[in-house]
Amino acid sequence: MITRRKLIVLLPAAALAWKYVLAGTPETAPNYNRSEHWWGMLLDIDKCIGCGNCVRACSTENNVPDGYFRTWVERYHVAGWEQETPQVDSPSGGIKGFPPSRFEGGKNFFVPKMCNHCVDSPCTQVCPVGATLHTPDGVVLVDETYCLGCRYCIQACPYGCRFLHPTKHTAEKCSLCYHRITKGLTTACCENCPTGARQLADLKNPDDPIHEFLRTHSVQVLKPHLATGAKAYYHDLDGSVR
Amino acid sequence: MLKITDDIAQIEYQCEPIVNAAGWQADTSGVHLTKFKDAEHLVRLAGAFAIVLVLFLLIRAHFIPKSFGQYGHYRGNALAELSSKPVIYAGHNACEECHSDVLDVKKVGKHAGVNCEACHGPLAKHAEDPGSVVPQLPDTAVLCVRCHEENIAKPKGFPQVVGAQHSSGEVCKTCHQPHSPLLSPGEKKS
Repeated sequence: MITRRKLIVLLPAAALAWKYVLAGTPETAPNYNRSEHWWGMLLDIDKCIGCGNCVRACSTENNVPDGYFRTWVERYHVAGWEQETPQVDSPSGGIKGFPPSRFEGGKNFFVPKMCNHCVDSPCTQVCPVGATLHTPDGVVLVDETYCLGCRYCIQACPYGCRFLHPTKHTAEKCSLCYHRITKGLTTACCENCPTGARQLADLKNPDDPIHEFLRTHSVQVLKPHLATGAKAYYHDLDGSVR
Repeated sequence: MLKITDDIAQIEYQCEPIVNAAGWQADTSGVHLTKFKDAEHLVRLAGAFAIVLVLFLLIRAHFIPKSFGQYGHYRGNALAELSSKPVIYAGHNACEECHSDVLDVKKVGKHAGVNCEACHGPLAKHAEDPGSVVPQLPDTAVLCVRCHEENIAKPKGFPQVVGAQHSSGEVCKTCHQPHSPLLSPGEKKS
């Protein structure tokens, strides 16, 4: 039987205990120094074949719920006079590949989409509790134990890269496979891309081929006018892509 | 001027005479504003504020995790938690440690750049325990067309076929060896 007297003693004790639950220190990735990396990704439009391997791999690796996507592939059709109004489809995010196009002629290409891991990310700026965070190695992550599910970040992301997890009710997004890249592996999407259309890039590593690529190719980011500092670099991006 | 009598504190304002434009002068002599009756109330109020402030600071100290603010306005431990999640795809380096024979075939063929798990699926469990977790062989009838079925949006140089017309019902591996799929000139079908 809990009396009022006992309750008065128990409540502060419970608060103390909860504090130590929150402060629990998990195991850290060995031999990984966060200050030595600055992650981004290279996406080569010329190489993407729309096979959907990246979408499937991401879904499996990160246990993404059905019908939601941390990465997805879009198919663009741009007729000569419709640069401003391209026809875009992405059946089930491209997870099962793409059926034959209903269009003929014009420009047709695939665009893989994902979180741009912006340096000045709008989603991080609007989070009221510090659940969306920018790591010292340049990755935007969600601390799901801290997320309230208020959806501000989902509205703020100009690239539409976030969703609310249907059962956890917390914000979800591409983590750039943080659990893999901190162990020396590449992301699940890059590992499974058969044509090398996606390549993880460490911009702080002077030996990373990204530097040579950025120097010698035409590379753009999505929505540069928003000055988000996007780090998803697209090679040969068409002007019609939004 | 502040006057404090026994239990009444009074503030007496000594004002300059108020004169308006028309020369009318207000009588300001003896204006008294009684602010409060009991000075002890002030002390009690201050005490209550102090208690609330101390309580707030204590509760805040208990509920904000120690690692909050370590790297920025977030919980520093979240980084270690997120990086300690299990890996599902082992990565091609893990495959190549044991399957160097396949690698030798693959690296000279057209599929040199295709990593093992892109076709064979996620196999971190197999890499950890090769004995008890045995991967299933992929079905080439389904697998190959994911990439090679013709689609107008694919890059022009990429090898594409119309599956239904190309093999007349035969599965791909009847003719193509998936690890090095190009047919040698002698093998080419007429």
